[in-house]
Amino acid sequence: MKSVIPREVESLWTLFTAPTVWAIHFVVCYAAVAVYCAKAATFGFDFATVRLALAGFTVVALAVIVLSAYLAWRQWGFGSGDPPHDEATRKDRALFQGFATLLLSGLSFVAVVYVAIPLIFIAECQR
Amino acid sequence: MMDQGLTDASRPRISGLRSSKLCPSSILLPGILLSSCSGSHSPLDPAGPEASHVAHLFFVMLVGGVVIWIAVVAALVYASRKKNAHSEKAAGRVILWCGAILPTVLLCALLSYGMWLMPAIRPWLPDDQQVRRIEVTGEQFWWRVRYLDEAGEVMFETANEVRIPVGEPAHFSLKAADVIHSFWVPSLGGKMDMIPGRTNPLTLTADREGTYRGVCAEFCGESHALMAFTVRAVAAREHDAWLAARQASKPLDAEGLATFLNNGCGACHAIAGTAANGRIGPDLTAFGERGTLAAGTLPHTETDIARFIADPGEIKPGVKMPHFGMLPEDDIKKIAVFLKELK
Repeated sequence: MKSVIPREVESLWTLFTAPTVWAIHFVVCYAAVAVYCAKAATFGFDFATVRLALAGFTVVALAVIVLSAYLAWRQWGFGSGDPPHDEATRKDRALFQGFATLLLSGLSFVAVVYVAIPLIFIAECQR
Repeated sequence: MMDQGLTDASRPRISGLRSSKLCPSSILLPGILLSSCSGSHSPLDPAGPEASHVAHLFFVMLVGGVVIWIAVVAALVYASRKKNAHSEKAAGRVILWCGAILPTVLLCALLSYGMWLMPAIRPWLPDDQQVRRIEVTGEQFWWRVRYLDEAGEVMFETANEVRIPVGEPAHFSLKAADVIHSFWVPSLGGKMDMIPGRTNPLTLTADREGTYRGVCAEFCGESHALMAFTVRAVAAREHDAWLAARQASKPLDAEGLATFLNNGCGACHAIAGTAANGRIGPDLTAFGERGTLAAGTLPHTETDIARFIADPGEIKPGVKMPHFGMLPEDDIKKIAVFLKELK
């Protein structure tokens, strides 16, 4: 059966996937709350709906990051070799990129969780 | 322990001197540090629920920080001993757990705790549910204080001193006239910035009577450090009586008023019940009731009032008020006495 996900991705963009998701999630959370609180009267829904929508978006962002981490883990050979992978070979370059992407995915996962924590506790706009 | 074999005579004299000097200082230092935790200007001596939550947050963070610091130092001491050498794999596990996973979990817990506490630190009610409403505007380098009625209309204005009733939340609307200031009464709660063009809300409650010191907590110019104010928390009934008395404006005819008006003071300062209706400087109605002079800079005495009139720039660099040292000394003295007795 042919895999939907390509077997190997030889691109630096895979490295940036998780931090990019983190950046998009950060901007969307802050912009959505700021715009809603500034113009609440013009919207037909309450703040709880905004929180719920952003919670859903957070789950999606975390899922993308987990997928990115899985691909990185696969590229790293599922942890079969130890870093630093600093030989001037194609294999070591791929392993290094996989390991670096895995670490960045972990960082991005934690960052997205931290950005989402206020959604649990901040229940209203202050105007 | 190493000194046990030394006799008093063989001890280096310097260490004897040091120990005799260390004793009083080792007693004095904690004493001074502890005494600085109380008073009218300390977040560690809270006088209201908002400040209590801030103090609680501080102590939780302090204890957490101390525990982490002790653990790090203990790990450092442990690691510095050669006999405790471990394999690279074990060291890697320590780095993963203690350097990444544990700090992430701890930070998550502290962040969640801080967020959970936030609504209590910053209580807020919609405008139409606020009863005790006070508008404070930060200006270089003093505070314009306006008491508002329930409809948001100005009842009267005063300066550099705020009165609030005990046990009832006071809702502040914070504004700035020139640059960014910050309104902070450490004994009553956290600070809130005052930004030109914006109105920032802050609610503070005093749960015991007293006089509390407030300060500007955002650098705003050369006399930033001389921009303080006083909050007087009094019983609700006494507060209501004071509000009513301040609103009942009666014509004033005191000795010294003519000198005050003839020298043009009324162009910048207002005094209710007189022809003085300037809005540039602080309102001086009931000036004699205030505890301090020049936004907490000087004690409220006739001598200091006269000093300030003669050369305000020397006392508060950058202040807008021009110096009036050219006035006859008698006039300055008359104005000072008049202001001191203005009730």
